[in-house]
Amino acid sequence: MSLRIVVTVKYVPDATGDRHFADDLTVDRDDVDGLLSELDEYAVEQALQIKENADDAEVTVLTVGPEDAKDALRKALSMGADKAVHVEDDDLHGTDAIGTSLVLAKAIEKAGYDLVISGMASTDGTMGVVPALVAERLGVPQVTLLSEVSVEDGTVTGRRDGDAASEQLQAQLPAVVSVTDQSGEARYPSFKGIMAAKKKPVESWDLSDLDIEAEEVGLDGAFTKVESVTERPARTAGTIVKDEGEGGKQLAEFLAAQKFI
Amino acid sequence: MAEVLVYVDHVDGAVRKPTLELLTLARRLGEPVAVALGNGAADTAATLAEHGAVKVLTHDAAEYAEYLVVPKVDALQAAYEAVSPAAVLVPSSADGKEIAARLALRIGSGIITDAVDLEAGDEGPVATQSVFAASFTTKSRVVKGTPVITVKPNSAAVEAAPAAGTVEALSVTFSDQATGTKITGRTPRESTGRPELTEAAIVVSGGRGVNGAENFAIIEALADQLGAAVGASRAAVDAGWYPHTNQVGQTGKSVSPQLYIANGISGAIQHRAGMQTSKTIVAVNKDEEAPIFELVDYGVVGDLFDVVPQLTEEIKARKG
Repeated sequence: MSLRIVVTVKYVPDATGDRHFADDLTVDRDDVDGLLSELDEYAVEQALQIKENADDAEVTVLTVGPEDAKDALRKALSMGADKAVHVEDDDLHGTDAIGTSLVLAKAIEKAGYDLVISGMASTDGTMGVVPALVAERLGVPQVTLLSEVSVEDGTVTGRRDGDAASEQLQAQLPAVVSVTDQSGEARYPSFKGIMAAKKKPVESWDLSDLDIEAEEVGLDGAFTKVESVTERPARTAGTIVKDEGEGGKQLAEFLAAQKFI
Repeated sequence: MAEVLVYVDHVDGAVRKPTLELLTLARRLGEPVAVALGNGAADTAATLAEHGAVKVLTHDAAEYAEYLVVPKVDALQAAYEAVSPAAVLVPSSADGKEIAARLALRIGSGIITDAVDLEAGDEGPVATQSVFAASFTTKSRVVKGTPVITVKPNSAAVEAAPAAGTVEALSVTFSDQATGTKITGRTPRESTGRPELTEAAIVVSGGRGVNGAENFAIIEALADQLGAAVGASRAAVDAGWYPHTNQVGQTGKSVSPQLYIANGISGAIQHRAGMQTSKTIVAVNKDEEAPIFELVDYGVVGDLFDVVPQLTEEIKARKG
């Protein structure tokens, strides 16, 4: 029986671009280039490694997002994922974490799964709660924030590095896993991979395919509301000195004047 | 007065500082009722009472240490049902955010994570968040259900506010999901004797310019003179020079100390995301074009191997 792996990925505005908000206080996706969230590349990588170590496995990459989000799916397919599902619907605009977890859980169930792998957080919203929410909705174990992960004989094990301790975790499949940026460098797509990706299947589903009502998602269905957005004022220019042999002492003088020493 | 549930982060009964900060914020919204779980739960009561907890709900069971997250969600849900609070506040740790999110889903509420401030509003608590690598500040509200909000460390001052702190045993029935993910081993972090990175008043960080694990000794020496925590940029962590638990930035910790000293760090967006809300920023870097200098209150263009030891010596000399 084939191991069915679903990797959830997000298409995000480039963190090195000039990110800002649209008039309705949602993330502006038009003026900044988008891409596969860097932290989700680690999830794709771990899925591919698990597949390579399994007798028989299939990796489906899943995203919820606008038309352009197909770029994120293409990137994951060119890295080596087998097929993709794109959940796209105008009514999804402005969906929050609770709503996103609903759409993902329904889509994961429809796709069929033994193992779900996510990144540790998105690089735009940075909440890091969607994997736990998806596990809660699916009613399966959450094995999250892993720096090391392996799957053998229907059991997933991994290491979760917390502030106070490093924990070894273990759960039976099906399960939801999330991996950190410490889990291992993501591979670059090869030329062959990029060419092959063009022929891989990408299915498009909308809300009706998932039996979700429009009121359950989107800006109006959200459980939270952003009331105001303020750009952080630029820091006032500081003093810059060139070290001519006394740089450390000059810095100490500054710290003393500021009463830090 | 409405009650506000506060989830307690503690180690064997020793309450961690972010929980005391939460009590300060909770008192703006109502009467804090604390929930302490696991080994030493009852030992937290005295400290929590000193900082404003009117009640401390406690429960201990082996499940909290043996299984991941879900037993704590079950317990927090039991507390929620017993108290019917106006809001639920949880520290923004890895466990805290996951516990809060699952609780919110179960009780039909919205969740806000990583708040840096919290005020009472006409329509419920208003949470301030710092977003897009701290280049924007947003104010948000939970508009459905009881607000569940996680709050970052250093978001409020710890204040003494003596209250009753009556200890009550919480009755918890674990769900079928509680034993899904087993914790088969735990290796506690070795204490460095330095302050917690996210809680420290001063952070001294090293980056690519430190150029080797052994050279972090000069960063640590400066930190120790200042009683500071040690941070590292992603480049230094990826190179294996310093542990990931000390990483400051988008995929590490975000810190907001009184003073941040960046040594040999260029100041890429990934790093800025984790430190640009620091009150005073100082940098030492060889490259005068490094973007970190756009953020600083004081910057030294120079070799950190000259400047940092001189600074450390000077501080030592001034202390006498």
